[in-house]
Amino acid sequence: MSSALRPLLVMVWKDILLEVRSKDIIISVLVFGFLVAVVFNFALNVSPQRVSELAAGILWVAFAFAGTLAMNRAFVKEKEQGGLEGLLLSPVSRDAVFLGKVLVSFLFMLIIEGLLLPVFAAMLGFSGLSWALILTILLATLGFATVGTLFSAIAVQTRSREIMLPILFFPIILPVLIGAVEASSNVTSSQASLSSTNVRNSRLFSAWPDL
Amino acid sequence: MVGRNAAVAIRVEGLQKSFGDEPVLWDLDLEVQWGEFLVLLGANGTGKTTLLRLMSTQARPEAGQILVAGYDQKRQPRAIRRNIGVVGHLSYLYEDLTCRENLEFYGRLYQVKELSRQLEMVLERVGLTQRAHQRVRTLSHGLRQRLALARAILHEPSILLLDEPEGGLDRQSIGMLRQLTAEWTAAGGSIVMTTHNEELGRSWAHRVGVLSQGKVHFPQESPGWQEAGRHGAAAADGFSAQQPLAAAVSQTVP
Repeated sequence: MSSALRPLLVMVWKDILLEVRSKDIIISVLVFGFLVAVVFNFALNVSPQRVSELAAGILWVAFAFAGTLAMNRAFVKEKEQGGLEGLLLSPVSRDAVFLGKVLVSFLFMLIIEGLLLPVFAAMLGFSGLSWALILTILLATLGFATVGTLFSAIAVQTRSREIMLPILFFPIILPVLIGAVEASSNVTSSQASLSSTNVRNSRLFSAWPDL
Repeated sequence: MVGRNAAVAIRVEGLQKSFGDEPVLWDLDLEVQWGEFLVLLGANGTGKTTLLRLMSTQARPEAGQILVAGYDQKRQPRAIRRNIGVVGHLSYLYEDLTCRENLEFYGRLYQVKELSRQLEMVLERVGLTQRAHQRVRTLSHGLRQRLALARAILHEPSILLLDEPEGGLDRQSIGMLRQLTAEWTAAGGSIVMTTHNEELGRSWAHRVGVLSQGKVHFPQESPGWQEAGRHGAAAADGFSAQQPLAAAVSQTVP
C-alpha cells in the first residue's frame, strides 16, 4: 500500500471505530435530520401538488444541517480529547490529516444521507432510487465534506465553535447547495408529475389526509 | 548533521515568543546535549509549556531559531516530529478506544516497524499489559498518564519532551517514570522536562534550569552531568545541588 495512502486509512479506521463505540454522531444526526423533515413538512404544508417544487429543497436543507452538525461534532470531539493535537504532533503531513478528515466526513454524511433518503422519499412521495439523484448526492456531498472539513478545522479553534461553523460555512457552500437542489429538483419533479397518485397514497399522506 | 548524528540534541538561539502584547520568551538561548536530562523549573506563566510547544513544533516562534536533532523547526517540522516523543497537559488519547487501540493508531501513523512486538514492549514498560484491552475512559488519571508516556516512546524517538509528566502519578508510577527516564538518557536519548516539583527535578536531572523573565537561567551547573548521563540512573542518583534551588528560583523569579 502507498505510504501516502496509509495514514488516511488509519485515520478513517480510527474514526469509524470511535463512532461504532460511541454512536454519538450518526444516531443524533439521523434523528435531527428526520425532525427537520417533519418540521418542514408541517411548516410548508407539502401537498401532493407542491411536492415537485419543495421536495428537493427540504431534502438538501436537512442534509446540509445534518452534515454541518456531524462535522462540527466530529471535530469538537477530536479537539476535546486532544486527538487533534496528537495528530498534528505525528509526522503525518497536514495534507494527509486534512484528506483523512474529508474522507471520514464524506463517509459519515453518505451513511446519514443513505438512511435519511428513504424516509424522505416515503414522506414526500418520490423515488430515491434514481441514478441522477444518487450521483447528485455523491458529488454534492463530496463538495460539502471538502469545504466543511476545512471550515470545521478553523471553527474548532474558536471559542464559539458551535455557531462559528454554520456562519463561516453556509455562505461558501451556497453554490454547491444551489446546484444540488436544482439537479435534485429535476429528478423529483419529473417523478412527481408521473406519480402524483403514489404521493397521495404514501404513508404520511394517508396517515394525515388533511395534509 | 541531523538525527542522532547532530552535534547537539536541541539548540535554541535568540528565541522570542509573545501572546498578544505580553512577551513570554525573549532572546532565549539553550543547548541540550545528547544523553542529557534537563529539567526546567519556573513559576506559572514563565513560559515552560510554551518553550516545549515551540520545540515540539506545536507553536511558531516570532524570532530565533530552534534546531531539534539537527532539524530546523520552521523548515523541517515533520522530521522533528519523527524524532520527538511528547507528554503534554493533554493525553492525546481517545477515550472510546482501548489502550492497545490507541497505541496501534499512533504506531501506524508513525509507521512503527514490528508494531505488535513494540506495542507489547511499551505496554509492559509502563505496566499496562493487564489493562491493554481496557478503554481509556475507564482509566484513572495516573494510568492515562502512563499510557500517554507509552504513546510518547512507542516510535523510539531520540528526544523526550515531558511537560509535568509526574502530575497525578502515585509513588509506584513515579518510580517507573524515573527508571524509564534514567534508562533513556543512559541509552543516549535526551530529555527536557518541566515540573513544579523542585525536589524531584533536582534529584532526577543532570542539569536544572529556571525559566524567568523570558530566559533559562542555570543557577547550579553540575560539572558531572555528562558523566551522569553515561552511567544512567545510578549516576543521576548521585547528582547533588551545589546551592539550594529554592534560593536560586527566588533569585531569578521576579
